[in-house]
This record gives sequence, structure tokens and C-alpha cells, in this order.
Amino acid sequence: MSTSNFTRRGVLKSGAVAGAGLALPTIFTARSAAAFTNDPMGSSVTLGFNVPQTGAYADEGMDELRAFELAVEHLNGGGDGGMLNTFSSKALGGNGILGKEVKYVTGDTQTKSDAARAAAQSMIQKDGAVMISGGSSSGVAVAVQALCQEAGIIFMAGLTHANDTTGKDKKANGFRHFFNSYMSGAALAPILTSQYGTDRKAYHLTADYNWGYTTEQAIRESTEALGWETINTVLTPLTQTDFSSYIAPVLNSGADILVLNHYGGNMVNSLTNAVQFGLRAAEANGKKFEIVVPLYSELMARGAGKNISGILGSQNWDWKLENQLGARYSGTNAFVQSFGTKFGFPPSQAAHTCYVQTLLYADAVTRAGSFNPCAVVEALEGFEFDGLGNGPTLYRAEDHQCFKDVLVVRGKENPENEFDLVEIVEVTPVAQVTYAPDHPQFAGGNLGACNPGA
Amino acid sequence: MFGLNAKDTRLLWIVIGLTMLAPFLLNPFPEGSELAQFNAGYPDLMQRFVIFGIFAIGFNILFGLTGYLSFGHAAFLGVGSYAAIWMMKLLTMNVIPAIIMSIVFAGLFSLIVGWISLRRSGIYFSILTLAFAQMSYALAYSVLTPITGGETGLQAKISDPRILDSNAGEFGRANLFGLHMNSSYELTIGRWEFTVNTGYYLAACVMLISFYMAIRIFRSPFGMMLRAIKSNQQRMNYTGLSTRPYTLAAFVISGMYAGLAGGLMVAMDTQVGPERMFWTASGEVVLMTILGGAGTLIGPVLGAGMIKYMENIISKINDSILHQWFSFLPDGLEDVIVAVVHPFIGKGWSLTLGLTFMAVVIFLPGGLVEGGQRLGRLFGRKSAESDKKTPPAE
Repeated sequence: MSTSNFTRRGVLKSGAVAGAGLALPTIFTARSAAAFTNDPMGSSVTLGFNVPQTGAYADEGMDELRAFELAVEHLNGGGDGGMLNTFSSKALGGNGILGKEVKYVTGDTQTKSDAARAAAQSMIQKDGAVMISGGSSSGVAVAVQALCQEAGIIFMAGLTHANDTTGKDKKANGFRHFFNSYMSGAALAPILTSQYGTDRKAYHLTADYNWGYTTEQAIRESTEALGWETINTVLTPLTQTDFSSYIAPVLNSGADILVLNHYGGNMVNSLTNAVQFGLRAAEANGKKFEIVVPLYSELMARGAGKNISGILGSQNWDWKLENQLGARYSGTNAFVQSFGTKFGFPPSQAAHTCYVQTLLYADAVTRAGSFNPCAVVEALEGFEFDGLGNGPTLYRAEDHQCFKDVLVVRGKENPENEFDLVEIVEVTPVAQVTYAPDHPQFAGGNLGACNPGA
Repeated sequence: MFGLNAKDTRLLWIVIGLTMLAPFLLNPFPEGSELAQFNAGYPDLMQRFVIFGIFAIGFNILFGLTGYLSFGHAAFLGVGSYAAIWMMKLLTMNVIPAIIMSIVFAGLFSLIVGWISLRRSGIYFSILTLAFAQMSYALAYSVLTPITGGETGLQAKISDPRILDSNAGEFGRANLFGLHMNSSYELTIGRWEFTVNTGYYLAACVMLISFYMAIRIFRSPFGMMLRAIKSNQQRMNYTGLSTRPYTLAAFVISGMYAGLAGGLMVAMDTQVGPERMFWTASGEVVLMTILGGAGTLIGPVLGAGMIKYMENIISKINDSILHQWFSFLPDGLEDVIVAVVHPFIGKGWSLTLGLTFMAVVIFLPGGLVEGGQRLGRLFGRKSAESDKKTPPAE
């Protein structure tokens, strides 16, 4: 039951207390004195590695974590030094970053934006991380990148392939080494038309999130420019595990190519369904039916098993690159060597990009002579480097995207072992996948100014 | 004071004390010590504590008082979040319009959902609300992509119109009349470090207001009517009293609480994604309420804090930290202990939470509050007698 005391004394008393309560927070408005967020004061510096440890992309996440562990070991002077020996910039000496020992904390993104941001927040606010890296989904990458921009932390994106990360959602504090949807389209289209002809009709199944959209758009636009026709595009939920109902209508749609804009577990399931429905043995329009997977990875190839053989796709990097295509891709063998020695199997492209990103960040800090995010941004913008496994590479200043050669790959017909599932069809030179910063597929973004936080 | 009886006033003062001193209470271990792992006094987590506290308080008004178990409350949280982010994109980065509109929109949405769902009771009501929540999730995820941003969600952008802001076109930060939500003051006392954060204190003040209003609702004739519905709705109907307006009002109020929580989440961290509306998020608030003690005033807040603590602190403990802790043991024994503890930490935090939840439900059916009462009775100074006369604290 309510007890009412609207007496003069009661109201005065309540009012005074409420006023004091409201005034209390305004006492604390001072800001800390540091020049930028999480300026490392002691003898060590903390990096945050935020990867999916549960969910559909957990395999990629675990491999990324191994790569981070290796990178930190090399930065601190442990192991055989890996790519530090082949990197064109010689600023890093194996004594940590600017003489500070590198430590790291890890978090689980769960491939969910909210969880990823909570994990990143705790790294920034609790553990004092000065850089966040990792991630295996473009949705998460965009969310965490925005958080880092706001907090004044550098974000070195891990595996994120959507155009948006360095397109309409680009941020001054965020950098991406991995390639993107546009580059996949530009590299794949000429090979697809030369292998399958220019009068093909394509049917797209697309994962229903930003990466799916931009990949579908990129593949569609670059293949249509070379004469292909797009029959239909269908969105599939990210959480879908059985794609039968999406595959069934494909054969009778008049299409003779199926493009699976899927990644990770999604792609393994949809490809398996497609093979079960006999698509690979089928004929349509008098031609052999073909399947294309724009973004490939060894981990997915392992999941899909025999079904992947002969299917074309694109990759950022492959562990056999230097052996097969020569010294242009130096660094590859050094990395594979130290990764293999430590973990017993070759690294995936997700591991490679995360390892390289960590090195690039450490190098940029060393060259800038400061952990200040704005100094790091300046050191990375327009930075040209070599010896990290992809050949000569440019970190473009306009959108913080790396430009380098793109691999077109095919699932091997008769793999010799479980790590040798992919063969390199061709390497598309960087000039062919370069685009203007204001290309329509990347329009609408604005880097803004770098934010040092605090 | 505040129109409350002595006991409730004392409870309110305790909650005020706890929330205002949270940055200090939650950081009991000095920086750099091994136990610093268990510190929870960083702004993001403290904000989560109070925001989910609000969410659970609101849920408790429906579930604790009327007994109607809604499995779709995350939908209202999501609607509130989307309303708030749109206010920030269109009007201003000041959090006031965002928070107000999040309450309004969540209220309207819960009115529609409640009007339909409350035609049924018991399990059918639960399923109806669950269906609505999953529907909203699916809509936000793919159908309404232009409004919700699909899987990627929505964020504040430089290109937002923000017609009331003078600095539109620059990067905006969530603020309260110029006071940035993410501005913090670091206080170092000896080896201890405390972070006093603007956003947290705003959220904490809102939480205290919500808590106060919840006490008033619990103690009002309206609250008594809701409790009567819980104990025997049929009898009330037979006496010629229509219970629908009361349950609908309770439903809308708790929906508005959820919307407020969603709006505050956006005010603290300007981003929304549809996974916030997923059914697991609705289930989480049910867990919070039951874990803390359904039908009690302080219980849901405790439950919310407990779950968020486990999610954020236990999940960050990894094997290398365990090895550090047990390094004093002989090697073989150390490995065995780490192997035994391993499934319960890191990504296994939900296993730990599940076991805790089972233990609480089996041994303390009244939730953490009952645990506190038992402890109080055990150590209390002869207050046990007086406790028997008065009904248990609610």
C-alpha cells in the first residue's frame, strides 16, 4: 500500500535528496590527462585479439588466434622471427614494440555485433588494449571498427571481405589487409568467362548480410560486363543449415551457373546440398552446369571434402604461393615454416592476414615512434611494403584498403593430403583489381578524422 | 521518505549506495594483482549491470506480480534500441530524445502485442509472445532492412542529418547537453584504479528512478490487483471484475521498461543489431529474474548483475591464466586441475551459469534474495522473530 506524505516537510526532504542525487554525477566531469586512449605507461603494451571462438566461424577464429600468438612471439624476439626476416621494412628488431614487451588479451565475438563490441569494450576499458584486431565476419568488423573509432583505438581488421568495411562504413582508425568483394569479382570474371564461355546464365544464392550483398553485387556486375546474364538472386539467412529448399528451384530456372555467395559453414552446407541435388552432373541450356564460390578458404575446402573439387573461387593468399609462383611472394615460406613448426599444419589465409596485420601495426608504431593512433594512421596511410607473402602491397590512404595480387583458385581433383585441397589457377595482378576510391560499389563512406580518444 | 514506508526507504537507500559507489565496490582488487581478473568496475560492464537491471525490473513487474511469463521481452528492448538510434541519426546525439522515444515506441509496440497475446494465459501467452519476438527478429533481420540495417545493424554516421545538432557533418558522440557519455575520470588511489564514467552515472540515475517507480507500483492498489490476478484470476473474473485492463497495463509498463533499457544501451554504445531481439535474449531476462528472485524488488537487479558478470568475466579467463593461478602446485597436479576447470571457463561460461542456475532453483527457490534472507536470519540479531510476523521482503 502506498503511504503518502505530501506534507511541506516531506516534499522538502524528498526534493533535497533527489536534487543531491541528480547533482552527484556532475562532479565527475574531468577527463584523464593522457594524450590518447590507453597510452602504454609500463614496460609492456597490450593488444586485443577479438575472434569468434564459438559459432559458424569458430574454425577461422581459432586459426586467427594461433597466428596472433605467433606474431606476438616473433615481435618479442621468440621463435625463428617468421616474416620479420623478409619484411621490406626493417624497423622491427624483435624487442617488442618501441622496446615494450607485447602482451595480448583475447575475446570471443560469437560472430554477433553486440557480443563482439562488449568483448572489445572490455579489452579497451579493463585491459588497456591499444589496438584491436581479428574478427571473421564483415558485420562484426564494421561494428567493432566503429567502436574503435569512437574509443580512439586502432582497428586492424582480420578476415572481412565485404566492400563496406573500407567502403560505406570505412573509418579513419580502421585498416584492412584482406582483399574484398570487388577484387574477387574483378579477378574471377575473366577466368569464369574464359573457362565457361561468355553466354552463361547465373543464379545467385547470397548470405543475408552486408558481405553477401556486396559479393553478389561485385560478381554480378563484373560477369555481366563480360556478357553473362543474371537469372535470379535469392537471399538465405545466415543461420540456415539446410539449403535444399533454396537449391531445388535452381535447375528449372533456366540458369546454367550457380554462384554461392556463402562462407564458412554456410558454404559447406549449401555446396553439399547442391551436389546432392545432382547439380554438378546436370546439363542446362546444352552446357555443363557449373558452381562458383567467390570467396574460398582451405578450412571450407576441408569441410566440403570431395564436393569442392573443380570449383572456382578467389583467395587472398595460399600457403603454396611462393613455392609455385616464385620469389615475388617471399615471406610466404618463412611464415608457413614457423607456423608449421609451432602448430604442425600450414596456416589458413585468415591466419595469414591476422599475422600480417599485427606486424604491420607494430611496424607502423615503430616507424612513427609513438602509439598515438593518429601517428599510426599517418604511418600506415600510403605505406608500400613487400615481403609479407602477397608481393608488393600498398595501404591506400583514401580508404585504408590494401592493394595486392588476388589468387584465383580451384578445388583439387585428387588432393594428396588434407592440407593440399586447393590449386592456384592464376594470380590476377594488382592493376586489374584496383579501383577508384569513389567507385559506386564503395560510395557513401567517409573516413573522417583519426581519433586519438581521451 | 519519498512516500515509502521505512523498510522500502531503507532498501532504496541501499540500492542508491550500491549504484553510486559501484565503480569502487566493483574494483576491490588492486591493478596488476592476479585477482584483478575479477574486477568488474569498468564502464561498459557497469553500464550493462544497470541497464539489464532496468530490463529485469520491468520484466518482474509483469512476471513477478501477475505471473504472466513473457518470452518475448527482447523484442521491446530491440524496438526501443532502433527508435533511439533513429532519433540520434535524425535529430541529435543528445540522449534525451532518444531515451524518450525508445520508451514511447516500445510502449506502443507492447500495447499491440499485449492486446493480442493477453487473450490467452499460461503457456499459450508465453508462446504468443515468443512468436511475436521471433517475428520482430525476422523483420529486423531481413524484411525491414532499410529501417533496421539487417544483420549489420545501425550506427551513428558522419553523414547523418541530425537536424538539431550544430555539429552535424562531424563525427558525433552520444552526449547529455554536451557531457559525453564515454568521458571518464580515472582515479588512482595507491595501487587501485577506479574509473568514474559519465554514461554509467546517467544510466545509474535512470535505474534508480525506475527502481523507485517499481517500488511504488509494488506497493500501490494497482500492484495489489496484479498480485490478486496471480493468485487467482478466475475468482476475480467470477466476482465481476475484468482483469484484462490490469494485465494489459502491467504488460505495457514492463514493455516500456524494456524499451528504456534498449534506449539506454544505444545511449551508452551507439549501435543496434537484430541479435538483440533473438529469443535467447528474451530467455536471458527470464533467467535473470528467476535467478535473483521473481516477485521481489531487488532480486531481478541482482540476477541481471550475476549473469552479466559471468558472461563478461568468467568468459575471459583462459588456460594460460589458470596455469598462472595454479603454478604453485606440482606440474602434474597443476595440469590435472587446469583440465578439470577448463570446461567451466572461457567459452564454457554458460555451463557454469547453467549449474549455478540449477543450484539456485533447487536449493533457493526464492532466488538470490532468499539466500540473502537465510543468511540474514542465520547471523541476524534476534530479528528472526519479527521476520516471522511480517511477510517476506518483496
